[in-house]
Amino acid sequence: MELVVFVLAAAMVMSGALGVVIRPNPVHAAMSLILTLFGIAVLFVVHNAHFLAAVQVIVYAGAIVVLFLFVIMLLGVDRAEDMSIEPITGQRSLAVIVGGGVSAIVIAAVISSRTAIGALGKGVDATTGESPDANIRQLARAIFKDNVFAFELTSVLLLVAVIGTVLMARKSKTVGTGE
Amino acid sequence: MLSVIQPTETWYLILSAVLFGIGAMGVMVRRNPLVMFMCIELMLNAVNLSFVALSSRIADINGQVAVFFVLVVAAAEVVVGLGIIVSIMRRRTSVTVDDMSGLKG
Repeated sequence: MELVVFVLAAAMVMSGALGVVIRPNPVHAAMSLILTLFGIAVLFVVHNAHFLAAVQVIVYAGAIVVLFLFVIMLLGVDRAEDMSIEPITGQRSLAVIVGGGVSAIVIAAVISSRTAIGALGKGVDATTGESPDANIRQLARAIFKDNVFAFELTSVLLLVAVIGTVLMARKSKTVGTGE
Repeated sequence: MLSVIQPTETWYLILSAVLFGIGAMGVMVRRNPLVMFMCIELMLNAVNLSFVALSSRIADINGQVAVFFVLVVAAAEVVVGLGIIVSIMRRRTSVTVDDMSGLKG
């Protein structure tokens, strides 16, 4: 059963990722990104990371992709990019070689460390406790107890990002500064 | 018969490696900065997948905490990046990374 879920979700992830890279139209690329993110969320559920799966669908497939689509529509770049032009000679083949090489190196590292990973534990999933909300309980305890300082710092990060973006993207009203 | 084969963590890690490679390839191939951002999201998700897979393998919740922080940072990164793209588009009509050569002055 887990095999069927893995194969289906991996097919979703792979076809979505290839769609992001290959589709000339940015809107289609964003739709393919949703497919990939949803497949990743399914794999999160397989690993009992229920909270992260929900956040993945809501924040990534919801908010972030909608933000992408909004900017695509705002800028009016929802036309197909001309993929026949290759800006630098041999760029695509080099990119395929480098991307494939990165994948091959990581896969080789994973396979060679397979026994070390297998020795780490019995594979008992701590996230499945007696109660159905064990994953959220554990995550909350880890975030709000052990990593509470980092959690507060992320709120500062988000605040800085929002204020910086508003300052950067607004039209300047004062005369003499900027445009 | 199929139920005998169970996907191990190695399968998930290999899937995540391939996804990371596709994302890296996309950043190098595409010229539209919006699609390049989407490819960066692909790479972040590949790392998230390996975090979650190993977190459930070694029964340690801290891997999922790392994924949580990656999500927050990714959201902030997308907001800032899209803000930069919008303010660049105010000045020029086309949006390709080749325009960055104008920064040479």
